[in-house]
Amino acid sequence: MTAKQKILYFLYLHRTGLTVTLLSTAIFCWPLVTSNPYTLGLTNLIALHVVVVLGLNLFIGYAGQISLGHAAFYGLGAYGSAIATVNFGINPWLAMLLVAFLVALVALVIGIPVLRLAGHYLAMATLGLNFVLHTILLQWDEVTGGPSGFYGIPYLAIGDFEFYDEFRLHYLLWGFALLSLLLCLNLVRSGVGRGLAALAGDETAAAALGVNTRNAKIKVFVLSAVLASLAGSLFAHTYSFVSPDSFNIFVSTDMVIMVVIGGMGSIWGSLLGAALITMLPEWMDLFETYKDFVHGGILVLVLMFLPQGLVTGLFDLVRTRLALRRGQDAAA
Amino acid sequence: MLRLENVSKNFGGLPALSDVSFDIPQGKLTALIGPNGAGKSTLINCMTGVLQTTSGRIRFRDIQIETLPPHQIARLGIARTFQNLKLFPRLTVLDNVLTGLTCEGGKSLVMAMFRLPYLRHRERSLKLRALEALDRFGLADKANWPAGVLAYGDKKRVELARATVGKPELILLDEPVAGLNAEETAAVGEQLNLLRRAGHTMLLVEHDMELVMTIADRVVVLDSGRCIAMGSPEEVRRNPLVLEAYLGRTEAVA
Repeated sequence: MTAKQKILYFLYLHRTGLTVTLLSTAIFCWPLVTSNPYTLGLTNLIALHVVVVLGLNLFIGYAGQISLGHAAFYGLGAYGSAIATVNFGINPWLAMLLVAFLVALVALVIGIPVLRLAGHYLAMATLGLNFVLHTILLQWDEVTGGPSGFYGIPYLAIGDFEFYDEFRLHYLLWGFALLSLLLCLNLVRSGVGRGLAALAGDETAAAALGVNTRNAKIKVFVLSAVLASLAGSLFAHTYSFVSPDSFNIFVSTDMVIMVVIGGMGSIWGSLLGAALITMLPEWMDLFETYKDFVHGGILVLVLMFLPQGLVTGLFDLVRTRLALRRGQDAAA
Repeated sequence: MLRLENVSKNFGGLPALSDVSFDIPQGKLTALIGPNGAGKSTLINCMTGVLQTTSGRIRFRDIQIETLPPHQIARLGIARTFQNLKLFPRLTVLDNVLTGLTCEGGKSLVMAMFRLPYLRHRERSLKLRALEALDRFGLADKANWPAGVLAYGDKKRVELARATVGKPELILLDEPVAGLNAEETAAVGEQLNLLRRAGHTMLLVEHDMELVMTIADRVVVLDSGRCIAMGSPEEVRRNPLVLEAYLGRTEAVA
C-alpha cells in the first residue's frame, strides 16, 4: 500500500469515530463563532429535537414501525419534570431520571397491546395516544396549568453552576445530544442493531433468523420513548415554561418529517433532518404562517424523489455507483 | 432429526396438508417435491412456525416445535432460505450474512448501546466467521457491496451463506434454484453437494427434477396436500403414483 492508500484506509476504518470527533469539536467551538443568543437558542432547539428524532428514527428506520405520537412522550417528560420539581420539590436531575423511568413503564404498557398493530392501524393508535395526552394537558388545569401553561420550572444546575443562558445551555443540550448520538451509533453497529435492520427489512425473514420481532419492537419503542422523555425534561428546564401546544400532534408529525427527510435508518440523517426542519422557518420567515404546508410539501417531494431520505438516499446512491464501478473494473 | 407426525393444515376449512408424516434423517439431503399447489411451501411454513398446524406434531430432536414462534425455532438450529429471496438490500453483503448469526450476538439493547469490550470482541469473531462463509461461496470480494446491487445468482448464494453461517442443525431450502439458468443451477447444486458432504442435514424443496434426482438421498412426494410416495430417487422415479401425479405430466426425467 502506498502512503495515500494507507491514509485513506485509516480514514475509512475509523470513519464513524472521526466524524463524531469532528462534529463534537465543531459543536464545542460553535459558541465562539457566534455569541448571538438568538442563534444559540435556535441550535439548542435543534439539540433537543435531535434527541427525540434519534429515538424515533430507531423506531421508524430500524424497527420498521410508525409512530405519530412521540410528542406525547416528549410532553410527558416535560410536564413530568415540571410537576416533580415544582410541586414535589424533587432535585431536577433525579426528577429527570424518575420521569424517564415512569415514561418507560407507560411506553411498555402502551406498547405491548399497540405494537401488535402495524401500518395505518399503528399510526392511528399512536396518533390517538397523542390526542389523549394533549387533551389531558389542556383540561386537567389544576395540575398542568391548562392552556396557559406551567411556569416557574427551575433551571438545571451542577452545584452553584446554573444552566440558564443560551451559552451554558448549549453545552448541556449538545452534550446530551452527542451522547445520545454516540449510544445510538453503537447500537446500530452491533448485532442487536443488525437484528433491528433485519426487522425493518422483512419481519418474516428476521424471525427466521432468530430475531424475537415482538420483543424487539417493544424494546425500541420504550427506548425511543425514554429519549423523548429526557428531551422533554431538558425542554422544561431550558425554557422554565411548558404549554400543551408544544406537544400536540403537529409536533409529532414534524418529528416524523425530520426522520423521513434526514433518512430512515440513518443516525446521521436524524441530525440533518432535525437541523433542516428546525431551521426552515428561520430561512423563510415569509412561509412561517404556512409552516405546515411547507413541511408537507417537502415531505411529499422527498418521498417522491428520494424515498430513503436525504442522507440515506444520497449515501445509497454513491455506494451503489461505487460497487457497480468496482464490478466493471473487475470484469474489465 | 426432524419428524412430522400426521401434520394437517386447513385454511378456513380447505385442507392444504392432510396427514403428512415423514422423517428428515440426520446428515442426509431430503428432497420434497410435488406439483404446484401440493402444499410444499405450507409445509415449510409450518416447520418454521410461520403458520400454525391445524393438527399433528412436528418434533425436532425431542422437542415439539409446532407451537413455538419462528424465532425460537430458529434458535433451536433450524435455518431456512426463502423462495422469493429475502435479503436485506440496503445492508452490505457481509452484514446480510452476519444477520445469520443473530442468535449468537448479544441480545441486550443497553449493552449494545454502551459497546462493552466483550461485545466488541464477539463482534470481531462473528465477522471472521461471516467472511469465511462468504469465501466458501466465492463472494468474499463483494463483502462490502450493498446486497441490492448483486446479480440474482449472487443473491441466492448470499442467502445460502446466511443460512449456513450459524452452522444450523437443519437447513430448509425453499426452491434455491428457481429462476436460475442451467449454469447457475449447476453451481448452486455444487454448493449443496459440498454442504451435504460436510454433514449438513437439509430439506430441499425444488421443482428442478434433474437437480433433485442427482443430489437427494431421499425424496418425499406431496400431491394435493398428501404424501404419496417416499424413498430413494430411483424408487420414487419408478413409483406409478408419482409418475401419474407429477413426472408423467412433465415427462422431464422419464
